[in-house]
Amino acid sequence: MTRMDTQNVETRIVGRSINRLDGPQKVTGSATYAYERAKMRQTLVGVFATATIGKGEIRELNTSAAETMPGVRLVITHRNAPQQGELNPETPGFAVRARPILAGTRIDHFGQPIALVVADTFENARDAAHAVVATYTSMPGSFAYVEGNNVTEPELANAGFPAFTQHGDFDAGYAGAAVKIDQTYETPPHFSQPLEPHATLARWEGEMLHITTSHQTIRYIGVSLKAALDIEPENLTISAPFVGGGFGSKLAVHADMMGAAIAAMMVNEPVKVCMTRQQMFSLLGMRPWQRQRVRLGADTAGRLVAIGHEALIYSNSRDPFLEQTGTVTRSLYSGANRMTRHRATHLDLTNGEPVRGPGELPGLLAVESAMDELAEALNMDPVELRALNDTMMDPESGVPLTGRSLTECLRTGADRFGWSQRPTRPRSRQEGQWLIGMGMASAIRMHFQGATDVEVAITPERRVAVRSDLTDIGTGSYTILAQFAAEVLGVSVSDVDIFLAHSSLPAGGGSGGSWGASNTTAALHDACLSLVQQAGVPAGDNFISQTLAKYPKGLSATGRLPASSQVPDWSEKSRHTYGAHFVELAVHRLTGEIRVRRMLGAFSAGRIINPKTARSQLLGGMIWGLSAALREAAEIDPRYGNIVNGDLAEYLLPVHADVPDVEVVLVDKPDLDANPVGVKGVGELGACGASAAFVNALYNACGVRVRHFPIKLASIFSHFPERH
Amino acid sequence: MKPFIYQRATSLQDAVAMLAARPDARVIAGGTNLLDLMKLQIEVPQHLVDLNNLGLDTIENIPGGGLRLGAMVRNTDLASNETVRRQYGVLTRAIVSGASGQIRNRATTAGNLMQRTRCPYFYGTAMACNKREPGSGCDARNGISANLAILGTSDACIATHPSDMAIAMRALDAEVRVLGAEGEYSIPIADFHRLPGDTPHIDTGLRSGEIITAVELPAPLGGTHVYRKVRERASYAFATVSVALVAQVDGANVAIERLAFGGLAAKPWRVEAAERRGSGTPEEIARDAAAIVLEGARPTERNRYKIDLAQRTLHAALIDAQEHSR
Repeated sequence: MTRMDTQNVETRIVGRSINRLDGPQKVTGSATYAYERAKMRQTLVGVFATATIGKGEIRELNTSAAETMPGVRLVITHRNAPQQGELNPETPGFAVRARPILAGTRIDHFGQPIALVVADTFENARDAAHAVVATYTSMPGSFAYVEGNNVTEPELANAGFPAFTQHGDFDAGYAGAAVKIDQTYETPPHFSQPLEPHATLARWEGEMLHITTSHQTIRYIGVSLKAALDIEPENLTISAPFVGGGFGSKLAVHADMMGAAIAAMMVNEPVKVCMTRQQMFSLLGMRPWQRQRVRLGADTAGRLVAIGHEALIYSNSRDPFLEQTGTVTRSLYSGANRMTRHRATHLDLTNGEPVRGPGELPGLLAVESAMDELAEALNMDPVELRALNDTMMDPESGVPLTGRSLTECLRTGADRFGWSQRPTRPRSRQEGQWLIGMGMASAIRMHFQGATDVEVAITPERRVAVRSDLTDIGTGSYTILAQFAAEVLGVSVSDVDIFLAHSSLPAGGGSGGSWGASNTTAALHDACLSLVQQAGVPAGDNFISQTLAKYPKGLSATGRLPASSQVPDWSEKSRHTYGAHFVELAVHRLTGEIRVRRMLGAFSAGRIINPKTARSQLLGGMIWGLSAALREAAEIDPRYGNIVNGDLAEYLLPVHADVPDVEVVLVDKPDLDANPVGVKGVGELGACGASAAFVNALYNACGVRVRHFPIKLASIFSHFPERH
Repeated sequence: MKPFIYQRATSLQDAVAMLAARPDARVIAGGTNLLDLMKLQIEVPQHLVDLNNLGLDTIENIPGGGLRLGAMVRNTDLASNETVRRQYGVLTRAIVSGASGQIRNRATTAGNLMQRTRCPYFYGTAMACNKREPGSGCDARNGISANLAILGTSDACIATHPSDMAIAMRALDAEVRVLGAEGEYSIPIADFHRLPGDTPHIDTGLRSGEIITAVELPAPLGGTHVYRKVRERASYAFATVSVALVAQVDGANVAIERLAFGGLAAKPWRVEAAERRGSGTPEEIARDAAAIVLEGARPTERNRYKIDLAQRTLHAALIDAQEHSR
């Protein structure tokens, strides 16, 4: 047996780059996603009609034409929709709130559902949805923050973090600092846009509701549906065996699930509802718009003496989500005088939600840009500035930082990237018409732990069965759990069957917040140790046969990881993952076009279970970072509140031609202070800080600092010295 | 998508007859734009006449040294044609800078000319758009107009034409061959796309019932061919500004033989007066030509940067021409 609760990384299967077990199913199309679970004409299909004003009331809603169109079975509106539980802004977790649909005539945001057309085919339903005619009484809405808008200061940011923290005396520390940076950064709304659209197939069987859906966390669904539909958990089955990406947008219940459940109830037949790509820009939440002010004060040697990070964030007053943007600076660098603050402002838009690295992505974009400005003001190497301010103790709480390896990531990354060859001054390297620059940034991400149960069994069929309600959102959950079980039990990966993502399976925290792997492997480890102990035979090649010899009907064991709130000394340590990003890019000296040349990230996230799947997630995160810096923004027309660029042709995500070779360096070091198996998450770490490395490389290339994102051509060339 | 009648034409005459019989019929070629618009009910044709079985997919030499490009030649085949690559390089470069490999495999010569604007207010069916719904107004002018037109606009419309191919064809003085009730005739590419005026819903000079059969290129010009497309990402985006350029290069000096801009107007934007004005450094020539081409620009606050960017892009293209001819 190889125990994972050691520093040993010389393991047999864990730590090896094995291919995804579900890879062949995915590439051959035999992995069936929620919408594909019922074939054409085996189920009715629902398509939403949506509001075409940003704020106001439905005056008249004419569905008579739609109702008589071919194949239409039912048109659901506020007039006939069943009573649902109300959306309660006091419910602290955004993911478990009731999210009623078609509940009244009030329009709170552009693109809100006003009707659900249920028909025999998608085409007929969509056609009829176009024929639903609404007239409105429009009211003036607030679709973009302007000075003077109401601003509040909630006590808590997302995930339960205090919104305001202070240590020492920030104002005095900053006032007395020898070198100061005071800059403001503005980031736009983003949408998650996973490849698989949100889709749900719902079927009622008496009081029982069966749901097949695309979701990150099974356990949240039951809580939300209980609040919305008053359905008891024992009357609900939920299945989500394949999920084509989530990125935060599949944590909460959305209109597809509510629509399918209500429609299936009303027509008493199975109904499936899938959002169109365009609807994914209005029926889901967004990463909220935010404006951050970062103040850094340092002594002449570069030691930070004051760090202030304040964020003004869009948070919907009816459905609040205050992104935890300022929390990234709390454990990032030393410095005696510190302050972080989150304030909220309401807009009449779809609600805020986690989108790929909530908090860290925009937060580090600002802070790590500011650190580059500070390094320049100090005339210091940006790597050295960060290393100088590294700390082994959490600067806010004073407790040890576990697995702290920021400087190791910085040094490893700098070495592998060739940072010493960088142009030290802006506009000092040119190749043909292109100005070449390099930039870097630190990465940090909070480590979370949630209550997780896992079952492992030896079955009479001579298989190892692992059971958990964890989802695989494309990350490799099936694969890494098989590796873990095989390692601990001494068997082969091919001996292991993984059963995931069903509400009948042992419950965990799902996939989200980068915690699926750490939670579930820790609980699985516990289950496997327990199984070996119960079996009374040694782990190894013969574990299955020897166990069955003693227990012919099979044997099972459960394992558990408690929630962090149940760990008595949780607050005695501060747990994070770390990394360092390096970027080389070229900027055209006339047009300002950016061509990224190289990206390298060095990361420390505890024990790496599968370098191949870990690398995929980390490099994906780095590309999200590129996207946030250089490409991505939801453009809102401030007159109407609609998303103007609401499709994937106009919402600019990076394309292949934007992304050069990406190198991921893994610092594989189990962090046994984080959890018993030393595993932390890699899902979002790659996106943390990455954006700032592009911003800083751009400055190094052409001498232009941009603090309004994403960076557009015009915000570059208009600052060029060449006049035209 | 509204139900529609779909018919495959068996001959050109058959197609013309079908279109004549059904004034609301539309021709479908590659379908890369029309089907998207039908799903959104921006286009709601009752009848589709499919030209995919008619041939029209060859590239042939014509008397006088020019080239006839069949209406149904796929963009990929056009761009990779040996003669086009060698003698009309600006056209190859323009085509491969557009869309994606998959779309170019399907899209056709004629369909590319007929594609509709990507103005987001044309796509956003809840918005006012005179091109989509004549008389409804233009929400783009005071809206998110960063990528919209600065030249040839009207109060009714500031949409751009999205084609890259057409910009190169304009620089090459192509002619669009059209078959109508009275037989085949030519429309110069300069007159094919229309400025919006107060009828922005009419994109082209093609009349109801007419079919594009080919595009003809005059004899090769020689010179150095450049297509320089600038946009916010490296691929799969419509031009913010693009330049189709045929230049004469003489050491450090360049001269403009032909020049057309994309991304600035509802049609390829060419001002012949900016061409053949002598040689100079790329910077001098770009400044001189841009001043002529951009005269009368009427930008919005959000797209004013295009004036500067157009000159910068031309400057970059002239430098590219120097580098290509080395």
